[in-house]
Amino acid sequence: MTPLIPVSEEEAAIMALEAMKAKTPLRITGGETKLSIGQLVETELSLSTKKLKGITLYEPSEMVLSARAGTTLEDVEEALSKHNQMLPFEPLDYAHLLGTEGKPTLGAVAAGNISGPRRILAGAARDSLIGVRFINGKGELIKNGGRVMKNVTGLDLVKLQAGAWGTLGLLTQVTFKLLPRPEKNITLMLEGLEDETAIKALCRAAGTPFEASGLVHLPKGLGHDKARTLIRLEGFSKQASYRFDEMAKVLSTFGRAVKVDGYEQDVIWQDVIGLRLLAEPRDKAIWRLSVRPTSGPNTIDVIKQALDCTYYYDWSGGLIWLSTNEEGDGGEETIRNAVAAADGHATLIRGSRQLRNRISVFQPQEGALQRLSLGIKRSFDPVSIFNPGLMVKEG
Amino acid sequence: MSAIKILKPDPEVLRKRHKIIKRLAELLPEPCLIDDERELKPFETDAFTAYRRVPLAVVLPETTQQVADVLKYCASEGVPVVARGAGTSLAGGAIPQEDAVVLGVSKLNRILDVDFENRVAMVQAGVTNLNISNHVAPEDFFYAPDPSSQLACTIAGNIGMNSGGAHCLKYGVTTNNLLGVKVVLMDGSIVDVGGDALDASGYDFLGLLCGSEGQLGIITEAKVRILRKAESARPVLFGFNDGKVAGACVSDIIGSGIIPVAIEYMDREAIHICEEFAHAGYPLDVEALLIVEVEGSEDEMSEMLEAIIKIAKKHKVVVIRESQSAMEAASIWKGRKSAFGATGRVADYICMDGTVPLSKLDYVLEKTGDIIEHYGLRCANVFHAGDGNMHPLILHNCNDEEESHKAHLAGDDILKLCVDVGGCLTGEHGVGIEKRDLMLHQFEQKDLDQQMAVRMVFDPDWLLNPSKVFPLDARGTYYK
Ligand SMILES: Cc1cc2nc3c(=O)[nH]c(=O)nc-3n(C[C@H](O)[C@H](O)[C@H](O)COP(=O)(O)OP(=O)(O)OC[C@H]3O[C@@H](n4cnc5c(N)ncnc54)[C@H](O)[C@@H]3O)c2cc1C
Repeated sequence: MTPLIPVSEEEAAIMALEAMKAKTPLRITGGETKLSIGQLVETELSLSTKKLKGITLYEPSEMVLSARAGTTLEDVEEALSKHNQMLPFEPLDYAHLLGTEGKPTLGAVAAGNISGPRRILAGAARDSLIGVRFINGKGELIKNGGRVMKNVTGLDLVKLQAGAWGTLGLLTQVTFKLLPRPEKNITLMLEGLEDETAIKALCRAAGTPFEASGLVHLPKGLGHDKARTLIRLEGFSKQASYRFDEMAKVLSTFGRAVKVDGYEQDVIWQDVIGLRLLAEPRDKAIWRLSVRPTSGPNTIDVIKQALDCTYYYDWSGGLIWLSTNEEGDGGEETIRNAVAAADGHATLIRGSRQLRNRISVFQPQEGALQRLSLGIKRSFDPVSIFNPGLMVKEG
Repeated sequence: MSAIKILKPDPEVLRKRHKIIKRLAELLPEPCLIDDERELKPFETDAFTAYRRVPLAVVLPETTQQVADVLKYCASEGVPVVARGAGTSLAGGAIPQEDAVVLGVSKLNRILDVDFENRVAMVQAGVTNLNISNHVAPEDFFYAPDPSSQLACTIAGNIGMNSGGAHCLKYGVTTNNLLGVKVVLMDGSIVDVGGDALDASGYDFLGLLCGSEGQLGIITEAKVRILRKAESARPVLFGFNDGKVAGACVSDIIGSGIIPVAIEYMDREAIHICEEFAHAGYPLDVEALLIVEVEGSEDEMSEMLEAIIKIAKKHKVVVIRESQSAMEAASIWKGRKSAFGATGRVADYICMDGTVPLSKLDYVLEKTGDIIEHYGLRCANVFHAGDGNMHPLILHNCNDEEESHKAHLAGDDILKLCVDVGGCLTGEHGVGIEKRDLMLHQFEQKDLDQQMAVRMVFDPDWLLNPSKVFPLDARGTYYK
């Protein structure tokens, strides 16, 4: 792919307009860590946000940050940490899982609605994303949302852009709400639980007033010989300890509460955020399943009966990371049937080009929903220049 | 008064009125159709009472299928449809037009299922906001978005407007607490979006539908997130001798890294009006009052309050009053939540809803005062300060045409000011007709074109609530 590298929104708009006129499809790229997610997109040209960089607004006292789309997550987090603030949703880093070298950008975090374990408490990336500027498929610079916390002026195109993976335009600037970084985190660990019991414990924890900021279950064999059920608590120092003690009482019937903090705690959560636990072996396909939390274990049971797989749960059981063999459909049919029963959906996150060519990466849509998706794509990008076919089957 | 235009009725539709009503009567059980002139009257407006139009007919379906049948038929006859929850919109969102069928959700009023383990409630769209919280309260759960109108307003209307409330500072607004909807499109197709999982697949239609003001489809069911209540909560009153200083105090609290559950602001006028009505024990000799609510265990609340009090003292707070009992806390909130109603008893008012960056709060408060003074009016300020969502209530006598006119001009000036300092026209009430003609102050034509292109995907013939949101003269080729 030959890269087009605009240095300004205006230049990006001109490039898009020309691409539209010539009907030349463009692959949008940022830090190039997640390019292998989605249906195969074959284009000769790419459009990179590499030079659309820099934080354009950071008001710590308002807890809001705007940055050009190509700003690296690393730069953003560094700026935020100086003021003890953070992105509320703890974005995941896919680079290790996908075996890529680059650094994730804030624009791609928005475009992929990339949310980590903290999502269970603070909402997904889309919930914190309050404003976007983007170039649509007609080469127009469009703004939607803004920099204030509450805004219902007109249709919410911000939400549409979150999770559209660049198929609805080139994001040029994104604005997020922030949160203060908690003074302290403590993780409560229960050991040796079977999946079903573990998810019961996590859901019980989610239903307490103690605001767990991470609810993960790692089955036996995943980095440890015992299953580990992890409940992260946070707050001011005293508050975090208090919450730990109270949570331990609530969960006492599930076993002894082990306190994990300091380095050991950091390692565990870094593994989750960095998607390290299933990264090896490299030749496995990786799926992301989103289901009704209490249905997680049953979904896995059904899948395990048909497939050889490893997995773990995040979001109190509502998010399952699953590793399967690449052969055939990579488990697609089994997985899709299983998630359907759990009111959920599944996305292939890592798969060879061949596999992605063979199967549907995103949850297939039917009927009216499919019509709407196609209509939405056309309304932003009439001749389909941006990431054509990545998400929505076109034509 | 430069009246806001509502689309002229299509004479062809008016001519067919009898035929349309006859067909609707076939599609619906008898008590679900209203066509009598007198009975149509209550549906002619919402809480933006300056504008009224008696609709062609009102339908109150009992099932999603009936909604689908009505929409499909209306589409085939080119009849506009205006969705209505409880009609508490302050922006004219539910005001009909003469050629429209009003589709009310008042008979879709059942809570279908509550799943405490997964923290989800499945409700029909006409269930009132407060009903959800009341229903799950015995298990110590609640539904977080709490518009002051929560006793009356429906979850359908909340989704229509993406409504917020005092406690949204911590918990987010409707869009952050919605997991799924059943929506009927104008062609009669029934679509399920989202569900029990934490996110939905594909484009975020749930986010798009939230705040779409009845222009994309009719919501008949919703799945909402319910949350476990905090161990306890305590509102504290902080009185100041200067409104600007109170505004600055708000941004200092947030800036210090403390996020209370709510920070509400009232100025002198609002304090007096609310105290008279609710006897909440507000101090009457201050210029501005903040209600700051903290929650958690006793220790947690004390620790947070200590930090907040320290900041307030820097801003020369003159009164600090912690509520000592649940009853006192309830009356503090009753006073705040009845602010609009109480104001309505002393004067007519129009309620602005602009949001501004927190650091501009004190500036905008001052400028708002100047604008009001310029027009020789009075104003009561009572609003969600923690997220910069301002509600100046501009007082006037609506029978005095000149004064009403001035009130609207002042309102426009205030909203433009909000946009000019980096904010927006509406934080939670929606555009409706009220702010429609100001949209080009916040957006450029191409921004609106993109929104209209999206709108057209759902409703290509502009039959759903067509008079709203987009300025009539900015519709260009997008409109029919
Ligand atoms: C005293 C008072 C206090 C208020 N306080 C607040 C507050 O604190 N926060 C706040 O956000 N708002 C507040 N409001 C505004 C209002 O209550 C909200 O906008 C509320 O959500 C409207 O709900 P409703 O059921 O009355 O809907 P309606 O007013 O009937 O309708 C609102 C909008 O939703 C659309 N709609 C209705 N039903 C459907 C459906 N089934 N499908 C699709 N669209 C639909 C309508 O067409 C309309 O555009 C207040 C209003 C009053 C009168």
